Amino acid sequence: MAVSSLFRTCPDTGLPVHLPAQNLIRANAVAAVVALLVGGVQGLMVALTRWPDVQLLPADWFYLVLTGHGMNVLLFWIIFFEVALLYFTSAILLKSRLATPRIGWLAFGLMVVGAVLANIAVLQGDSSVMFTSYVPMRAAPHFYLGIILFAVGALIACFIFFGTLVIAREEKTYEGSIPLVTFGAMTAAIIAVFTIASGAIILIPTLLWSVGLIGNIDPVMYKVIWWAMGHSSQQINVSAHVAVWYAIAAMLLGAKPLSEKVSRMAFLMYILFLQLASAHHLLVEPGISSNWKIFNTSYALYLAVVGSMIHGLSVPGAIEAAMRRRGFTKGVFEWLRKAPWGNPAFSAMFTSLIYFGFLGGISGVVMGAEQINIIMHNTVYVPGHFHATVVAGTTLAFMGITYLVVPLIFQREIIFPRLAKWQPYIFGLGVAGISVFMMGAGTLGVARRHWDIGFTDATLPYNYPDFAFLLMALNGMAGVLAAVGGFLFIGIVVGSILFGKRRDAASVKSNPIIGIGGGTAVSSYGSEGTLKLPGTMVLVAIFFTAFFLYYWVNWKYLSEVWPLS
Amino acid sequence: MAIFPPEQRIWWKQPLHGVEIAWIGICLVWALVMFFTMIVWHVIGEQNLSNEAYRILPDVYQERTEAMVAQYQVREEGNTGIPVVHPPAGTDIYMMARLWEWWPILELEKDKTYRLHLSSIDWQHGFSLQPTNINIQVHPGYEMVVTLKPNKSGEFGVVCNEYCGIGHHTMAGRIYVVE
Repeated sequence: MAVSSLFRTCPDTGLPVHLPAQNLIRANAVAAVVALLVGGVQGLMVALTRWPDVQLLPADWFYLVLTGHGMNVLLFWIIFFEVALLYFTSAILLKSRLATPRIGWLAFGLMVVGAVLANIAVLQGDSSVMFTSYVPMRAAPHFYLGIILFAVGALIACFIFFGTLVIAREEKTYEGSIPLVTFGAMTAAIIAVFTIASGAIILIPTLLWSVGLIGNIDPVMYKVIWWAMGHSSQQINVSAHVAVWYAIAAMLLGAKPLSEKVSRMAFLMYILFLQLASAHHLLVEPGISSNWKIFNTSYALYLAVVGSMIHGLSVPGAIEAAMRRRGFTKGVFEWLRKAPWGNPAFSAMFTSLIYFGFLGGISGVVMGAEQINIIMHNTVYVPGHFHATVVAGTTLAFMGITYLVVPLIFQREIIFPRLAKWQPYIFGLGVAGISVFMMGAGTLGVARRHWDIGFTDATLPYNYPDFAFLLMALNGMAGVLAAVGGFLFIGIVVGSILFGKRRDAASVKSNPIIGIGGGTAVSSYGSEGTLKLPGTMVLVAIFFTAFFLYYWVNWKYLSEVWPLS
Repeated sequence: MAIFPPEQRIWWKQPLHGVEIAWIGICLVWALVMFFTMIVWHVIGEQNLSNEAYRILPDVYQERTEAMVAQYQVREEGNTGIPVVHPPAGTDIYMMARLWEWWPILELEKDKTYRLHLSSIDWQHGFSLQPTNINIQVHPGYEMVVTLKPNKSGEFGVVCNEYCGIGHHTMAGRIYVVE
């Protein structure tokens, strides 16, 4: 190990904490929360504008703010946080020093400059091209440049993560294989390299085109490659938040994966198949064959979906096994009833799991079927789906682990613990509402990214059903609720970092963060002794039934539209 | 725990839990069912998107659209000046996307088949036929030919559901289906 003065010993876990790594984790986490604040305010304005009776913003501002909302929350909040997670799962969990912390600061600097530059471009008003920036619509050159700089920084951070894995192995800071959570983070980092390479391949020529050095960018080619970045980056999120699920279950309950083999294989499936997801966005495009669409939209036989479904069993299964070993064995669900629902890290983690599976997962697979996409493409169903995955899934999981990161890494107590108890429920309920109401409106055909579904200024107005207007109003209200939950989170976290009581040896005793039993594991592996897991079986049976029914209902809807071929 | 290295170094030899094996089996079967459903629908289903597409220059597409309008225009829509076109059943029909309109208005006959050519002469647009709810992406430089058979009569809206600039929300067209 390197100079020992660069380490402190964590009073909660006894782990040595590399201080340069800790500082980088802090910086990236703070930048993430700032991006969440900006993007969250923008999201609230979008929701209030799409509430037909409120229509907060004028049209030009709506499209501007919507572009900013997408960038700030989908790119900047999530990726800054993921960089913090990469450093945490490598340096901290492996008890290692972080590779090249100075270059880590360079990466951080590039990401901050890129994020600020892209935000400036959007606020100047001539880059309201949406997050997707489809050509031949053109943004200002510094819009593309900002995203490219940000991506370069993120790429450097991935390589620092890989470098740390090498150092930890070299310096033998751990025995055997890397922990499952680090393995999940590694999955995310590998997908990130592929994702960022795709982004560079398409955004660098687009930047050159925007300054006039390239004459033409083919719009279909742009989408094929752009979505190799756009959708794969969502799979970084999935890998990262599944790793977070395992981490929170382990830290709070001592839960172990039922089987290391199965959980690791499920992560590997992400690496092998997720990049095909670019196809989900191209199912109704001209010039791409059905064979290509079917093979790729199904991730080659839905193998990445199988990966997620496996985690969907093994995460609650690990929790059930841990709780049963702790004596909560009555009936089918005592383990779930007596779970630490008052701990915001746990409630955020478990509701994230439920929302991601039931709302985000099912809707994503249904919408990604080649023909069903005809009745959903570019309707507001699409944002309904991805708010369930990226907000109720990823963001909520990240909020959950933040409640552990603040005491462990910032060494501050959470202020307003009672409010913190409620925060994940408020935010989760709001986001679930956003998802469900937008999916409902999308099923009625309402267009996404649309300022005025009343068509006040149109020459040939179309009248959406009244029920669609009601659903968009409910979406606005759910948006307000989600914003309340989001701002509560930011307030609690920022307040704790600035004004929280310093965490010392006494508070570690009175308010343990790690584990009911002080972090001791309950078995040498999750399914040891082939414990019965009836609760988890009931949960996955309910999930599968919902999936099965909803899937066929949508084929029924499809069969009623005009025949086309 | 998942945050520490596995306790048993040879973790890949641990026995699997029965529930996990059963669930993996169910998932794999379900994955196959979903995969083959898409293929089967190409054979038995009536709603499949066309694979017929061509590269086309925007002005060529515009000329063909204008030629169709000149040949088959039956009236103008109110005082909007937008032509309403009633092409014969079974023919090639055009609906041009441009900032910010779908041009012209088409009048089709119920249960008759048409070959609809879709393209844009400027940016990308989204052809969203409502309330039947058919959504197709429209690109400049590409022409997709979709064979359509309206199965209900009445007035249908064509909304643009791909963001196309500041007038995006005013971009709506119309298709009439008559008996």
